[in-house]
Amino acid sequence: MKKLKSSLTNMALVLTIIAIVAGAALASINAVTAPQIEKINADNLAAGIKKVMGSDDITVAEPQEHKATVTGKEKTFVVYSVADKQGENLGCAIQTSENGFGGELKVLVGFDPTGTILGYTILQHAETPGLGAKAGLWFQPENGEKRTVVGKNPGQCNFTVSKDGGDIDAITASTITSRAFLLAIQNAYTEIYVNSKKADGTTGATAQSDKK
Amino acid sequence: MEYILIFITAIFINNVVLSQFLGICPFLGVSKKISTASGMGMAVTFVLTLATIVTYLIQKFVLDPNNLEYLQTIAFILVIAALVQMVEIILKKVSPSLYQALGVFLPLITTNCCILGVAILVIQKDYNLLQGVVYAISTALGFYLAMVLFAGLREQMAMNKVPKAVEGMPLALITAGLLSMAFMGFSGVDGGLKLLFGLD
Amino acid sequence: MSNFKILMNGIVKENPTFVLLLGMCPTLGTTSSAINGLSMGIATMFVLILSNLIISLIKNLIPDMVRIPSYIVVIASLVTILQMLMQAYVPGIYATLGLFIPLIVVNCIILGRAEAFAAKNNPIASIFDGIGIGLGFTMALTLLGAVRELLGTGVLFKSDDFGIAGITLQGEDYGMLMFVLAPGAFIALGYLIAVVNKLRKA
Repeated sequence: MKKLKSSLTNMALVLTIIAIVAGAALASINAVTAPQIEKINADNLAAGIKKVMGSDDITVAEPQEHKATVTGKEKTFVVYSVADKQGENLGCAIQTSENGFGGELKVLVGFDPTGTILGYTILQHAETPGLGAKAGLWFQPENGEKRTVVGKNPGQCNFTVSKDGGDIDAITASTITSRAFLLAIQNAYTEIYVNSKKADGTTGATAQSDKK
Repeated sequence: MEYILIFITAIFINNVVLSQFLGICPFLGVSKKISTASGMGMAVTFVLTLATIVTYLIQKFVLDPNNLEYLQTIAFILVIAALVQMVEIILKKVSPSLYQALGVFLPLITTNCCILGVAILVIQKDYNLLQGVVYAISTALGFYLAMVLFAGLREQMAMNKVPKAVEGMPLALITAGLLSMAFMGFSGVDGGLKLLFGLD
Repeated sequence: MSNFKILMNGIVKENPTFVLLLGMCPTLGTTSSAINGLSMGIATMFVLILSNLIISLIKNLIPDMVRIPSYIVVIASLVTILQMLMQAYVPGIYATLGLFIPLIVVNCIILGRAEAFAAKNNPIASIFDGIGIGLGFTMALTLLGAVRELLGTGVLFKSDDFGIAGITLQGEDYGMLMFVLAPGAFIALGYLIAVVNKLRKA
């Protein structure tokens, strides 16, 4: 087949056709993948909540967004109130974030109704591989009392890194990440359990969302 | 204050070339002489700033309202390509001297990934237009700085005898590594600045 | 040239990373571990094979003057498709590679192969060229990633995104983090290319 000549009509026609075909192809693939992406995000979140609450048998209430100003900056906390299958309040999982070393550090942390931490998971981070990126494992309970945040209550202990006089050992060579991590949890605790003065996650979260 | 922080962070702490690995091709390709390196740096500054403004407007006024976010990559690259062409034509007519200085570098810029990279980053970081522009200019200046420093080092090294296997690209890469290590000294400075400005 | 020769040409003689020195941004930016390098290589190969195929199929329909914009649209569409598929099915690795996935559009290897090979050859040969160059790129990225990961953390082929524990070759306290960070990328690649240069001349 001969090559098409570079006449104006040919060029315009070809570019238009390519653009239309490309657009159509993208739109149709987007239609297939978009629900899948949503489903994966929802699944990840559901699995994350189960993990941080330490229980599979739970019902999660609709998320409540809670906006607050912490030291001059607007922060958003997303609160998922959690109850067991009998409807008894187990506390809540809170999505909170803080600026880490390389960017936003997003943490999902589970509290029982008194504010004691049940578990946590890192949702998103941009920390240094091999250093700050270890945060997902470092503060878990199997690493001993000095490192873990689980079982501690930010209101009842000194919830900062030992370098700053606190009770928790920072990740080796990643103090900035560790500080950001602890601060994110501390802020969530302070906002939801202290400032709103409703230790009971179920009704507390609902009330707070009206407050903003 | 916030803008100063963006400015310093983008130039020194998160240098686009030395710590984010964007725009490596021109960084390694046209850095044998300081004069060409600075020409390339200026051309990038010019196009990067323009491209960030245009792509930002396209994202906010065309893609977002129509739920066409998935067309971001394709829309941005076409806009950048068209923009580079336009800049080339306009410069040729309006300022032949500037065109002479930047002209040869312009066609290379479409495939410079720091343009598309920064355009996407501005959207991802959720900056407003002014923040985005400050970020783009600072990033470009960071690129310029890295280019010129690196070209200076290479000019000096060209006179030295090195083992055959290391000659050329390997030596350039190792030098870039050392330069990047020097820039790592700035990490953590942003935390100090935040305290200084009382932002955090 | 037989198809096998085209394949080997991409892997050895015209290896995009070690010989042609193209596509340096993703090479340096995504090789903090072997698995990350491998994933980036495969992602690029996916786009490269399809873009080579499509462009060699439609090459005669495209007038010369609008050649480059047409190629860019084809490549950008393929990259967007890749983005959507990765987000839907391998979200972990998509998040890790981040910005470098949309930046495949401006990877000079892809447009370069479209111009230099696919626009002049038949579809079958173009596919083989895509596979060859893609494999060459993937192997180079994996090698660089492996070197950096091993020197930096003492572990090989570890990936949290895929839940692979990897092979631990050094104790837990081992660490030369510089190799995982930015400077290590430049330096490790510099020495790798020097070694390749030496071997090629020998």
